[in-house]
Amino acid sequence: MKPKFGVVVFPGSNCDHDAYYVLKKIFNYDVNFLWHKESDLQESEVIILPGGFSYGDYLRSGSIARFSPIMNSVIDFANKGGTVLGICNGFQILLEAGLLPGVLLKNNSLQFVCKDVYLMTENIDTVFTNSISENDVLKIPIAHGEGNYFANEYTIEKLESNKQIFFRYSSKDGNVDMEYNPNGSILNIAGIANEKGNILGMMPHPERCCDPLLGKTDGTKIFNSIINSFIN
Amino acid sequence: MYKAKVIVKRKLSILDPQGTAVEKGAVNLGLKNIKHTRIGKFIEFSVDVNSKEEAKNEVEKYCSKLLANPIMEDFEYTLEEVDET
Repeated sequence: MKPKFGVVVFPGSNCDHDAYYVLKKIFNYDVNFLWHKESDLQESEVIILPGGFSYGDYLRSGSIARFSPIMNSVIDFANKGGTVLGICNGFQILLEAGLLPGVLLKNNSLQFVCKDVYLMTENIDTVFTNSISENDVLKIPIAHGEGNYFANEYTIEKLESNKQIFFRYSSKDGNVDMEYNPNGSILNIAGIANEKGNILGMMPHPERCCDPLLGKTDGTKIFNSIINSFIN
Repeated sequence: MYKAKVIVKRKLSILDPQGTAVEKGAVNLGLKNIKHTRIGKFIEFSVDVNSKEEAKNEVEKYCSKLLANPIMEDFEYTLEEVDET
């Protein structure tokens, strides 16, 4: 069965079209834009909260978007086990909405960082990572000013023991070390999921590396994983 | 009508790289005695209700649900009764 995708559009989203393009033109799947003022998810089976600067990043990134009408439906959908992927600003929104634990602080360098990073996948038995092989290091771009993941010790322990940390910043050979950490994120965390594994938030942008024209395609492994989880 | 003044502060347990960077500016300015600079937010607004109790409820909900993120920030506020104008 081919899943239907929905890409939420907030005022200030700017990676919504990239996500739409990848799903529609590269994967040839059904995808709809979902305007933040609506509450109908249009029968979407996978929700993407895209990157950008929703509400101008005012107050805190994602803090105002979290109260958009569509988010009530997304929270309901996620709590019922629906598949939700939050990318960059989408990750920030998931945290503000309480669907994932912790916060994203300003990068420790205080700089906006825009570059390719390498990611070590820590759990390959999930909806979002089943097409990634063990020890496969992904090359995916980041572009953010607030990606410095932080949570209290108790939360971190829980994330680790439940294998909820899906991606960590690493070297090209998969060495996870502070040296390869672009933003100061605790334990090099680049992406985490909820306990059930149906909600993933990640700072790197898989939608920016799917089209072979762009020279890198590791992002397809994440979208392929989601698609696989529906087919199998 | 009440006037609320809110201060949102980053929790002490959370590093404030912005404060550290600003403090470097103080050093360059020749100020040698400035320590522990931390950046927070100041927010003011009116609450159009008749009792202080109602105003308090609204302010606390606004602060705890939206203005501050309890994982990384604390808030404090003052409330003052003002004329409708």
